[in-house]
Amino acid sequence: MLLSTRDLTKTFPGTKALDAVNFDLKAGEVHALLGENGAGKSTLVKCLTGAYRRDSGDILFDGRPVFPQSTLEAQAIGIGTVYQEVNLLPNLTVAENLTLGHQPRRFGMIRPRAMQALAEEMLQGYGIDIDVRRQLDSCSVAVQQIVAIARAVHLSGRVLILDEPTASLDAREVAMLFDVVRGLRDRGLGIIFISHFLDQVFEISDRLTVLRNGRHIATHPVADLDRMQLITAMLSHELQHTTSHRLQRSADTSGDAIRFTGVGRRGRIAPFDLTVRPGEVIGMAGLLRSGRTESAEVLFGAVSSDSGTVTDARGAVDLHNPRSAIAAGFGFAPEDRKTDGIVAELTVRENIILALQARQGWARPIRYAEQLRIADDYIARLDIRTPDAEKPVGLLSGGNQQKVILARWLATHPRFLILDEPTRGIDIGAHAEILRLIEEVVARGMSILVISSELDELVAVSHRVIVVRDRTHVAELTGADVDSDRILRAIADPHASAEVAA
Amino acid sequence: MNVHALPLYATILIFLLAYAICIVQFPAMLSTRVIGNLLTDNAFLGIVAVGMTVVIISGGIDLSVGSVIAFSGVFIAVLLRDTGLHPAAVFALLLVVTTAFGAAMGGMIHVLAMPPFIVTLAGMFLARGAGYMLSIDSVPIDHPAYEAMQRAYYVMPGGGRLTLLGVVMLLSVGIGMIVLHRTRFGTNTYALGGGEATARLMGVAVGRTTMMVYAFSGFMAGLAGIAFSVYTSAGYPLATVGVELNAIAAVVIGGTLLAGGSGYMFGTLIGVLTMGLIQTYIVFDGSLSSWWTKIVIGALLLLFIMLQKGLLRLRVSA
Amino acid sequence: MTAARKLLRRIAPQLITLVAVILLVSLYYPDFYKVVLVNDRLVGIPIDVLKRCAPVALLAIGMTLVIATRGIDLSVGTVMAICGAAAAWSIDQGYGLWGALAIAGAAGLVCGVWNGILVAVLGIQPIVATLILMVAGRGIAQLITNGTILTFDSDAFSYLGSGTLIGVPVPTVIWILTGIAVGLLVRRTALGLLIEAIGVNLRASTLAGINSKVLLIAVYVASGLCAAMAGIIATADIRGADANNAGLWLELDAILAVVIGGNSPLGGRFSIVASLLGALIIQTINTGILLAGFPSEFNLVIKAVLVIVILVLQSPRLMLLQDPVHLPFLRKRAAPTPPAEVRK
Repeated sequence: MLLSTRDLTKTFPGTKALDAVNFDLKAGEVHALLGENGAGKSTLVKCLTGAYRRDSGDILFDGRPVFPQSTLEAQAIGIGTVYQEVNLLPNLTVAENLTLGHQPRRFGMIRPRAMQALAEEMLQGYGIDIDVRRQLDSCSVAVQQIVAIARAVHLSGRVLILDEPTASLDAREVAMLFDVVRGLRDRGLGIIFISHFLDQVFEISDRLTVLRNGRHIATHPVADLDRMQLITAMLSHELQHTTSHRLQRSADTSGDAIRFTGVGRRGRIAPFDLTVRPGEVIGMAGLLRSGRTESAEVLFGAVSSDSGTVTDARGAVDLHNPRSAIAAGFGFAPEDRKTDGIVAELTVRENIILALQARQGWARPIRYAEQLRIADDYIARLDIRTPDAEKPVGLLSGGNQQKVILARWLATHPRFLILDEPTRGIDIGAHAEILRLIEEVVARGMSILVISSELDELVAVSHRVIVVRDRTHVAELTGADVDSDRILRAIADPHASAEVAA
Repeated sequence: MNVHALPLYATILIFLLAYAICIVQFPAMLSTRVIGNLLTDNAFLGIVAVGMTVVIISGGIDLSVGSVIAFSGVFIAVLLRDTGLHPAAVFALLLVVTTAFGAAMGGMIHVLAMPPFIVTLAGMFLARGAGYMLSIDSVPIDHPAYEAMQRAYYVMPGGGRLTLLGVVMLLSVGIGMIVLHRTRFGTNTYALGGGEATARLMGVAVGRTTMMVYAFSGFMAGLAGIAFSVYTSAGYPLATVGVELNAIAAVVIGGTLLAGGSGYMFGTLIGVLTMGLIQTYIVFDGSLSSWWTKIVIGALLLLFIMLQKGLLRLRVSA
Repeated sequence: MTAARKLLRRIAPQLITLVAVILLVSLYYPDFYKVVLVNDRLVGIPIDVLKRCAPVALLAIGMTLVIATRGIDLSVGTVMAICGAAAAWSIDQGYGLWGALAIAGAAGLVCGVWNGILVAVLGIQPIVATLILMVAGRGIAQLITNGTILTFDSDAFSYLGSGTLIGVPVPTVIWILTGIAVGLLVRRTALGLLIEAIGVNLRASTLAGINSKVLLIAVYVASGLCAAMAGIIATADIRGADANNAGLWLELDAILAVVIGGNSPLGGRFSIVASLLGALIIQTINTGILLAGFPSEFNLVIKAVLVIVILVLQSPRLMLLQDPVHLPFLRKRAAPTPPAEVRK
C-alpha cells in the first residue's frame, strides 16, 4: 500500500468528523473519495496533508507511520494536494508559480531563462503548450489546475490529492484534465480524486470509497457498482424500508399561495416554476452543487432572478434583494452558518432579533426588555444551550448556532421559510428538535422549503419533494410517490422522470 | 498582452502626454536642465517611493517614512555636530537604525496580526518623536564631504546637471527593480500581496518576508533621509511632513495596485517624475496656484484606482 | 442599572488611563485642578483641555462609526479644511451665520457622500477610497481660500469658536452635545446594532435584511458632518480659514482616539464615550507635557507607546492564548469571503 490510514479519528467540539476511518491508496490507481458535505472527506484530506492534527490512529506511507505537521511537511513526505480553489497565485506568472521557492539562482539573483526552462520542463508530458511567462490568471481554469498539478507532482511526486478539481471546468477541459490524471496514474502515482460529479467518478476512477457522517461506509472497485448503489451508499441510511410519512399529506390548496413562474438565473439555475401553499413543506433533494442552494438563493432574492415572475393573492411580489424578500414575509437560513448566518461577535439576543429589527427599520428599535423576552422565549422553545442571552453567538456550538438562526427567522413570523441543510453537522438531539419544530410551525400555516442531503429526513417532513440535477429542476414527487427510492432514482438516472419535471 | 501591465503603459503614456503638453506651451521645458532638476528635486521622494512600492505590492502600507526621513536628517546633523565621526560612518549607522526600525514594525504587524496602517502610524509618531528628542531646532550641516557631494554632478549635453542625488535615485530604482523582479524575496513579496494564505501554503515564509519588506522600506527611508540632508544641508525634525502620502500617490500613479500583488518598480519612477512635472509646469506657468498640484494628483489617484478596479472586474468576469 | 454598569466596565480602562495621566500631570503642576470664574468665564487647565480637544473629539465621533464598519476615513482632516474654508468664504460673501453653517455643513455632507459611494457602491477599500479626498481635499480648500488665510469679521460666527455658554467654552458644549446626540441616536435607535452587525459580518447582515449599502454611506456622511463641525469650530476660533493647516494630521489623532478608546480597528463593537475619553486622554497628554515643561514634541513618543500597548493588548493572537474558543470566528474574520456573485 502506498498510503493508508488506520482507525483515523478526529473530533471537533460537538461532532466526530472522522470516526476510526480506514482508507487505502495503491500506487498507480485513481481512488475516488465520495460523500456529502460533512461526510468527512475534507477532514480526511486535511489530516493526510498535515493541515489538521489527528486525535488518534495512524497514517502509513509506504508502510511507515508518518506525522505531517503542515502542508509543506506532507509535501516533503510525498503527498501533494490540488484544491478546487486553485492554490496558486493569480498575480504571478506560470513560471513563477511553478518554481516559487526553488527558482534557479546565480549570486542570489533569479535567472529568468533558467526559471523558464525549468518551468517548461515541469510542464512536459502534461499536454499543454503555453507561454510560461504569462500571468497565471490570464490562463483558463483548466490550465491553472494542470499547472497546480505539475507543481504538486514536482514537489511531492508519490501521492496526488485532487479536491474537486473539475468544479469549474467545461466538458472539454475536464477531458484534458483527465488525460493528465491518467498519465500520472500510469507513471505510478497514487491519486485521490474528490468530486461531486458522479459521471466523472465513474469515468476516471479505479476504486472508490464512500464516507458518511465521519465513518467509512464502503470501498469498491468502480466496475462493481452502478450509480444507484453508489448514491444509496452516499445518501440513504436504510433504503430497504421506506420511511413512513408522519405528516398529514393534505396541504391547504385553497389559501394564499406564492407562485414562482419561470424564475432562474443564467449560469446558476435554469428557470423553474414553484407554487408554495400555506402549511406546506416542500423538500428539495439533489447532490451538492446540483442547483439546490442556487434555487434557494433565487427564491430569497440573495441572487436576483433574471427571468420570470412571482405573484401571490395580492399581486406581484418584489424579490430583487433579501430586504424585499423579508418584507414579503420570506426567511432564509443559509447552508454556511459561519460566513452567511451568524454575526459571531454579537450576542445570542442580538442575533435573534437582527432580522426583525432590520425589517422594522433603524428608527423603530425593539425595546431591550422586548428583545430579551423574544430571545428568552426562543432559547426556551428551541432549547438553545447558552448560559444566557448575552453570550456572543460565536462561542456556541454549531447546532446551537443553527437554532439561533432559526429563531432569528421565526421571530419575524415569516409565511415562507427556506432552510438550506438545517440539520447539517449538528448532533442527534438538536437534529430531532429541528424536525419537530418544522412540523410545529407548519401546523400554524407557515410554508417551508427544506434542502437536505438526508433523504429519510426529507421524506419524513415533506408534502412533496423537488429533485434538482445539473442546475435544473428535473422532477417533482407528490403524495405516495414521496419515498427515498424514487428520489434516489430521480437523482441518479439522467433519463428517467423527465416527464414529471416541473 | 498582459493586462496587468496596462496601468504601467497608462502611466508612461500620461507622463509623455503631460510632457508633450508642457513643451507645446513652454518650449523651454524641453531641456536637460529641466530633466536634471526634476531628478535632483525629487531624489528623496523617488528613493522612499522605491521602498513604498515594495511595501504596497506586499499588500501593506508604511506611514512612517516621512518621519523616518526627518529623523534621519536630525540624526546625521547631530552626530556630525557632536562627534568626530566621518559622514560615511554616520550614514552606515543610520541605515542600520532605520532598517532595524522597519524590521521591528514588520515583526509587529506579523506577530500582532494588526493592520499595517495602525502599526506604522505608531512608527510615524515614534520616529518623529525620536527626531525631536535629538533636536527641536534645525541643525545645519557643515562638512567638507557634504559640499563635495553637493558639487558632484555631470553636465549633460544642453547644460543640465545630473547630480549625485539624481544618480543615487536612479540607482535606487535600479536596485529596487532587481530586488523586486529578480530575487526570491521579490517574488515572495508579490506572493504575499497576491494572497497571504495561498503564499503560506506554497511555502513562503510569511513572517520573515513581512519583516524584510518593512526593513527594506526602512532602509530606503534612511537613504532618502541622507539624500534629503544633502539636498538641504540641514537636519530638521519638522521636515518632510506628509511625504508618505506623496510616496503612496507616486506609487499608485506609477500603476501599482494599492491592494497589493501587482505593479512595477519602473512605474514608480514615472509616477514620481509625473508628480514632479506637474509642479514644474505650475512653476513655469507662474499664474497657476500651487494647490492645483494636489487637485491634479488627487484626480490622477482616482483615475488609477478606477482603472485598477475596472481591470479587476474584467479579470473576475473573464 | 445593568446598562450603566456595563458601560462603566467598558470604559474603565480609558477612565483609569485618564485619571492616571491627570495625576501624573498634577505631580508636575499642582495647580492643574484650579478652575476660577473670570468675567463670567470658567478659566483653568481642565477647561482648556475640554476646549482644545473639541476638533479631535468631534472627528473621533464620526471615526468611531466608520471604524465600527471595518472602515477608516483618512479624509476628515482635509474635510475640516474644506468646510472651514467654505464657512469663511460664505461669511465673506455676506451669507451670514446661518448661510455659512448651511454651506459648510453641505460641504461636509458632499464629502461624506463621495467617500461613502466609493466604499459602498464601487467597493473600493476604505483606506484607498478616502486617500483620494485626503490628497486632493487640501487643494480644494486652498482653491476656496485662494491660498491665503481667509479672515472674516463676524462676532456671531466666531462665538462658535471662542465664546462661552454659562461660563463654558462653546466648542466644549458643541462636542459634548454632539457626543450625547450621536450616542443617543445610535443606542436609542437600532443604528448602533446594525452598524456593529455589518462591521462583524457584512454578508450575513445583508442576508438578514440590513440595508448595508445605505448604512455604509451613512457612516461616512456622519464622519463628514462631524468634520464639518470641527472645521467650523477651528475656523471660528482663529477668525479665519487656514487651508494649509486647519485639521492637518488630525485624522491621525482621531484614529488614535478611537483606538485608545478600545475600539477594535477590525470593526464591530464600538463605544463613542470611550472614543471621546480617548480624545480627552490625548489632549491631557498634550497639555500636560507643555505644563510639565517638556518640549511638546515628546507627546508623539508617548502616543506611539500608548498605541503599541493597546495593539498588544488587543491583538487577536494574544486573545487566542487567553481563550482558544475565539479561534474559529477570528480566523473567519481575518479572511473575509468574497461576495456571492464572485464565488460562483
